[in-house]
Amino acid sequence: MTTQNQTRDGSDPSNEVAVAPEIRRILESPAFAELRAKRRRFSAILTVMMLVIYYGFIVAIAFAPGWLATPIDGVITLGIPLGLGVIVSAIALTGVYVSRANGEFDRLTATAIRSAQS
Amino acid sequence: MSLPLIRKTVAGIALLSAPLASIAAALEGQAAKQPLNVTAILMFVAFVALTLGITYWAARRTQSRADFYTAGGGITGFQNGLAIAGDYMSAASFLGISALVFGSGFDGLIYSIGFLVGWPVIMFLIAERLRNLGKFTFADVASYRLDQLAIRKLAAAGTLITVAFYLIAQMVGAGQLIKLLFGLDYNVAVVLVGVLMIVYVTFGGMLATTWVQIIKAMLLLGGASFMAFMVMRHVGFSVEALFEQATAAHKDGIAIMAPGKLVKDPISAISLGLALMFGTAGLPHILMRFFTVKNAAEARKSVFYATGFIGYFYILTFIIGFGAIVLVGTNSFYLDDKGLRGGSNMAAIHLAHAVGGDVFLGFISAVAFATILAVVAGLTLSGATAVSNDLYAHVFKRGKANEKDEIRVSKYATVALGILAIVLGIVFEKQNVAFMVGLAFAIAASANFPILLLSMVWRGLTTRGALIGGSLGLVSAVSLTVLGPAVWVKVLGHATPIFPYDAPAIFSMTLAFVGCWLGSVTDNSARARVEKSRYIEQLVRAETGYGATGASSH
Repeated sequence: MTTQNQTRDGSDPSNEVAVAPEIRRILESPAFAELRAKRRRFSAILTVMMLVIYYGFIVAIAFAPGWLATPIDGVITLGIPLGLGVIVSAIALTGVYVSRANGEFDRLTATAIRSAQS
Repeated sequence: MSLPLIRKTVAGIALLSAPLASIAAALEGQAAKQPLNVTAILMFVAFVALTLGITYWAARRTQSRADFYTAGGGITGFQNGLAIAGDYMSAASFLGISALVFGSGFDGLIYSIGFLVGWPVIMFLIAERLRNLGKFTFADVASYRLDQLAIRKLAAAGTLITVAFYLIAQMVGAGQLIKLLFGLDYNVAVVLVGVLMIVYVTFGGMLATTWVQIIKAMLLLGGASFMAFMVMRHVGFSVEALFEQATAAHKDGIAIMAPGKLVKDPISAISLGLALMFGTAGLPHILMRFFTVKNAAEARKSVFYATGFIGYFYILTFIIGFGAIVLVGTNSFYLDDKGLRGGSNMAAIHLAHAVGGDVFLGFISAVAFATILAVVAGLTLSGATAVSNDLYAHVFKRGKANEKDEIRVSKYATVALGILAIVLGIVFEKQNVAFMVGLAFAIAASANFPILLLSMVWRGLTTRGALIGGSLGLVSAVSLTVLGPAVWVKVLGHATPIFPYDAPAIFSMTLAFVGCWLGSVTDNSARARVEKSRYIEQLVRAETGYGATGASSH
């Protein structure tokens, strides 16, 4: 929060703000570049997967309700396992993200922060 | 993933399951007053005694501003996950979604899925950045490199309006439900909920609110798990037998196994899906929960546990709804000439009686009451924090508020919001408030979410862009809802709606994002240049948590 107040009222607003040296060191560290690239890619893939799964389901309801009503086993229709599958996939995708983020990504983060203190 | 994490997760998921969407269903129509239910009242009194004890304990630990707003950041990821699930699993979602499944089968599943899929999005786009940049409210993050005064006013308005609609829906639902379950007078019920909620929040702050939420979540998950277990036992633990008996018993027969009337047209379906998915990521009382854990790693765990609990709950409500078709819909004891005795939302309540007798019926009734209390407490705390931290401390006092004064303001704000909730609950008793939860989600998705997300991921966002986009989203979400079928026709009594869709999000979110973009790219002011130049530092802090607020020590 400290940085907000430095530039807020007193300083000349026409000046762009210089980046603090320790922030600059993190920014330029190889670990930070690796972290950003990997995490961006990973969260983009998972977000797109969730959107495709969910909106695929919604689009099927809107445009192909008959297909979801196809019986697969007695009275059970295709829509039941697909719907439950959306629930399970939401839980699974968050689990996959946490396991990688709390391991690999947090190790990279720690390395990047160490470079600020060097 | 670590082993303890997996073990806790499996234990958590094995516990149970259900959602929020159909508060709408739960609030339609007036409830008939029932005879006084003594077992239920005794169990509820026990719950209140326990939670007041917790409030007393929490009050002695709540000294600082950080304690009051975020329990000092000392909640674990697992606890916070349960509390988030508690915030999300309202009584209306439990009763409403199981009622929707009871009435139309598969359609209930569509709603619950919509409520769940916002969580992965929060995880991938919001949770860790939010935790790394913010302290008490999402406005901390949205205003990080933008104009504090302007953005905090906008964010506080978005927070208070979202909270107000959500609170009205909860209070009216509470009054109806309590009249129905406990045989108490509507006004008495509303005042009781309001007063208890004020006590929890004013004295115990976030610590008490969190533990009330955790206890309620465990009771609700436990109760619903038991009901689902008894249903499965009744059908010999065969999913096929459950569906076979349900389709044989239901008047619509095999039609309940496929999408039905709920989704009218593709635009409505997608618009509703957008509001549910991105609205969750803009609900102030949910976002605030991310500041109660000590770091981004715990914040991520919170989302994972919450998603697991909520998903499990939704699966349980699905089983409960189908179980009610089999066990309640065929038993004349639970029916009268109009259908379910006590109204369409009684499916889960009657099922509780069918599988567990009077004592379990009392238990589930008490849990439903406890659920409402916990949800309104969380809502009120987030509204009060927007008043005291955003408006008082940062806008009125320009960031120079004395901590004691700020805490005092937040307590006054809690009492004021509590009284307002009681008054609105009484005023809206006879109104159809079913649209209000949908409206709260639409506003959260159209006003709060776009500025929060863009401020974190788009360097180009400027104060002007955020103000234009956020205001457009807010105004369009509200006005399109008012002009749509839910208010223009059902509340105001006009023959045809001016805006044809119930869910405005597809239009209001688009307006908000376009407004943010256009307002920013045409902003050539000196202030805009400074704001953009500060993105780099914000980015590093958001991605690494460097310099983030940790847990306060005691």
